[in-house]
Amino acid sequence: MIEISQFDSRPTCGRLALDPRARTHLVAAEDEGVGAILDIFTGASDARSRAILLYAETGDRGAPRSDSLVGLGWAAFHPAASRSALLADLDGVLDAATMGTRLYAAGSESFVGAVIARAAGFGVVPQSVIAEKRGSLARRVQCVHCKHVAEAVTVSPYRCPGCGQSLLVRDHFSRRLSAFQGVRIDAEMPGDIPPAQELTR
Amino acid sequence: MSGVEIPVRVTEIEQATPTIRRFRLARTDGGTLPPFAAGSHVVVLMPADGRTIRNAYSLVDRAEDGSSYRIGVLRTQESRGGSRFMHENVVVGSELRITMPVNLFPLFLPGRRHLLVAGGIGITPIYAMAEALRRTGADYQIHYAVRGEAHGAFITELRERHGDRLRLYRNDRQEILAMSDILPNQPLGTHLYVCGPAGMIEAVLEEGRAAGWPAENLHSERFQAPPSGNPFSVRLARAGITCEVRCDQSLLEALEAAGVDAPFLCRGGACGQCAVDVCEADGELIHNDHYLTPAERAAGKKIMLCVSRLAGRELVLDL
Amino acid sequence: MTLHFKKESFRDDFTFSNSREAIRRFPFPFEKDEYMYSVNIEQHMPGPAKSPFEFPIDIDEHYVAEMHDRALVLKEDPGRCQSLPHMITAEWDLVELLMESMAKHYPEHFQLTRDGDAWHWINRPLGIDQRFTFGDTATLPHPPMEYITRQCQGDFALLDQRLGNLWMDSGMITGQADWSLDFDIGMNFMEWHAPVPLAKDMGVFERALKFLLNLQQGRPVRRLNWTMTINPRLDTSPENYDKWGRDRTTVTPENVGDKVHLRVELQAMWRLPRSNAIVFSIRAYMISMNELVTVPKWARRFHRVLRDVRGELAEYKGLSRYRDTTVAWLARYDDGAPTSPGFAPD
Repeated sequence: MIEISQFDSRPTCGRLALDPRARTHLVAAEDEGVGAILDIFTGASDARSRAILLYAETGDRGAPRSDSLVGLGWAAFHPAASRSALLADLDGVLDAATMGTRLYAAGSESFVGAVIARAAGFGVVPQSVIAEKRGSLARRVQCVHCKHVAEAVTVSPYRCPGCGQSLLVRDHFSRRLSAFQGVRIDAEMPGDIPPAQELTR
Repeated sequence: MSGVEIPVRVTEIEQATPTIRRFRLARTDGGTLPPFAAGSHVVVLMPADGRTIRNAYSLVDRAEDGSSYRIGVLRTQESRGGSRFMHENVVVGSELRITMPVNLFPLFLPGRRHLLVAGGIGITPIYAMAEALRRTGADYQIHYAVRGEAHGAFITELRERHGDRLRLYRNDRQEILAMSDILPNQPLGTHLYVCGPAGMIEAVLEEGRAAGWPAENLHSERFQAPPSGNPFSVRLARAGITCEVRCDQSLLEALEAAGVDAPFLCRGGACGQCAVDVCEADGELIHNDHYLTPAERAAGKKIMLCVSRLAGRELVLDL
Repeated sequence: MTLHFKKESFRDDFTFSNSREAIRRFPFPFEKDEYMYSVNIEQHMPGPAKSPFEFPIDIDEHYVAEMHDRALVLKEDPGRCQSLPHMITAEWDLVELLMESMAKHYPEHFQLTRDGDAWHWINRPLGIDQRFTFGDTATLPHPPMEYITRQCQGDFALLDQRLGNLWMDSGMITGQADWSLDFDIGMNFMEWHAPVPLAKDMGVFERALKFLLNLQQGRPVRRLNWTMTINPRLDTSPENYDKWGRDRTTVTPENVGDKVHLRVELQAMWRLPRSNAIVFSIRAYMISMNELVTVPKWARRFHRVLRDVRGELAEYKGLSRYRDTTVAWLARYDDGAPTSPGFAPD
């Protein structure tokens, strides 16, 4: 099994842009993703007053502190200490949200995927989410053999925490699982495992 | 290219409103008609004097035992022959042909709520969609604008089946179907479907967009009747056939009259099936479809036979 | 048509083989001495008698054994059959399509009696006698798609049509050539084809999608696809790649004839009436090299195709480790004589 470079299943997202017609902007960001949010909301105080911001600060990567976001006049601001806490908050907001709400997601590819998958469960059409990737290149990967999902995989091949096999990270992406696919790299020649390489895109 | 055709006989005609007739069509061989998905239409082939008129009509319903379909036909002022033929020439016992159902207006099945908006004759696909949603226990509302009670032959049936899921707006009582009342407070995952006069469809979609609804949640069906225009001539480069397109004829109809089996599905500018490569055009292409992208239109390399024309003398097609 | 169903296996001792008749009717996929992708879609019209195209749904001598293999796969991994909730109408459409076709064309083996929604289905080869209410899932022992596809050869995917695309929202995939339903479910047409090299750049998928979006009821279409499998294994899923991957290294000049199989997929697509979904059936046929070379034209042609297939394609199809060995073996059956056009044996 080989790595093929041109893939379509991997979501391509460009830069965030405000939907001027949205009644409510529902904004989910993680770590460096908040930079993309500030890029579009900084000069738009009216939009901020209609924006619900959920921000997860998960690590010390030089991302803005939550404190610096507080006083910017958001309709609501939900800081979270972890991605899972943010997603739990997001569930509550989505459950009460009405049409006219536009969802934005900004952060690592894995975060954007998680937000889109979560929102899809509330009927948001994935293609309608405005997203931008910023920050970590780490991927969420599902082992196709044992189905274990590893968060924050940074190299390929990696050792699956579920079954212990060395997995090649394929560029094939599942929106539903918000994960890439991991496939045993030495299935044909057991033990023939190339050195791990950093995932750089 | 037109696909499977089914011979049918008209078994019942009902003057549903002053301008709409409902026709029940059964197979002439007594067999069953295929089930169809809500939102589907068939093309009815009418044997007029020396020519075949083909018009697309949405399917209202199918008899429980599969023996018949119902369609609704509005008598239009600017009829190019089809609706007039159905109203004036077709009687109980008349024999027609129909194509297999085609669905260009499908329900967004994973949707969490469905708002069905209809004006006038636009009720025909909406009627079928409401029935499908009722059967599957989905969450839906019908918003139906009519001129008055006399124009609402569908009203009694809709009320019976859908109770207070039906909201009626009667023009004669100054009841206005206002999207500003309907659009707010709909849960995420709501999808809106609109069918009716072109102006109404545009207005509803625009209000939906203005209310911040994503384009993915707004659905409509427009059957563009082929607009008339100046006559021109068409030459088929590969087949070596040349024929004239009259002012009241579409390009597709002219080719069919010349015996060419040209591709089509919806005959209303929506599906793209009849898009053909243009070899040469000595005038401007008048694109009347909803299918080609602005870039494709600008490139002038493709034309949709069913609704588009040439403002010029001769069009050469890669057929 | 009365079929004699073989007792055979697609795993462990691999007792699968083709009878002489099955070899003659094998859907050899190469029209010419070379292969490249194309939108090779044609109407799924009735073909010659006894060919795999004679009937819309082809049942053959491997039926009972294949259904047994499917049951084994599902027992180990129920995730091979999945369906999103909005696909229930499409599932019932599929029940109607398959039961009607099987009963009509193989009346000795299958029988369907319909009285309104009260249906009675008899499957003699598998010993099934089932009365149920069409449209009422509670009256079947499994959900409708799973129920009928446990009784029909081939993998099946149900594609919902919305937003100008086709979405793989349902499927029974137990004999696949290296793709995972569990991973791909919910993807659109372009997404699930993403791993296929070259074809994308050729615009093959855009054209195929455009064509399928306008697929009409009553006018099914088909195409042939191919790959190769070491040992007659149906379940070459990525899930089990860690189990079958090693087979690719076991090919030697001595065992090519037995071990190396050409695997052809007859892919047929129908528009379903009630749901507007498309059913995408993937029916796999396998033939060993020993069996293939009993048809001289196929031996010559396959030698040439395999020798010249482009590197990326060979890699994608997983042929690289045993291609040279197989080509060398096939060379003995290629005297360089010209081959006649078309698929059929001379």
